[in-house]
Amino acid sequence: MLNCKEATTLMSRGMDGKLTLWQKAGLRLHLMACDGCTHFSRQIGFLREALRRLPEEGGERPGE
Amino acid sequence: MENELAGLRRDLLKFARLQLRDDALAEDAVQETFAAALSGLSRFSQRAQMKTWVFAILKNKIVDILRERARQPQATAAIEEIPDDAYDDLFDERGHWRDETSPTAWGNPEASLNSRQFWQVLEICLTRLPEKTARVFLMREVLGLETEEICKELVMSPTNCMVVLHRARMGLRLCLDDRWFHGETRNA
Repeated sequence: MLNCKEATTLMSRGMDGKLTLWQKAGLRLHLMACDGCTHFSRQIGFLREALRRLPEEGGERPGE
Repeated sequence: MENELAGLRRDLLKFARLQLRDDALAEDAVQETFAAALSGLSRFSQRAQMKTWVFAILKNKIVDILRERARQPQATAAIEEIPDDAYDDLFDERGHWRDETSPTAWGNPEASLNSRQFWQVLEICLTRLPEKTARVFLMREVLGLETEEICKELVMSPTNCMVVLHRARMGLRLCLDDRWFHGETRNA
């Protein structure tokens, strides 16, 4: 069973490359049982979404 | 139109500085972007479209500059910037989150995307990442380059590259958690 430290590393790795089937299965199992890592997973996903929008959103906006 | 261009110039410069962390290089990149963009500006009737297009030109310029810079020998030290054990305190001896560090919900984070303060905090947090780490991370997340491509450009092993990206994510998540989602400054 993965611990949280290993799970966070795998989640990040999954965003930058491919995980093996075993890694994916282990991660899924861990996430089912771990609220902290479930939040972590959503949050790093949100970071990606925010950063992709940085060029258009990062500056001053009209009327502000 | 004059005002809009000045505003756009300021946004471009801010964006370029964040990625390049070098005022002179950022200035050059923005100049070149304007030169390249000028011929096509009249095609855009809507401000938002124009902005997206000009930023796309700037992104390409930044990628070119980073590629050039990656060939210089001092480029590869990103792995040493955030130490191996930097985030060990978040976990107990079994590698599980400690009660006080376990991530808690960010509510509806998407709502933050509409807040100007959020973008300011995000920028502060990005600036707090060490320089080379931030560069690798922004190449991946803002410029949208593939990991393989980044590692190759920066002459890093894929493992090191992913370690740097992971540490950057850890750092940025903590900073936003602290300064925005659970911080005093929260103001959505």
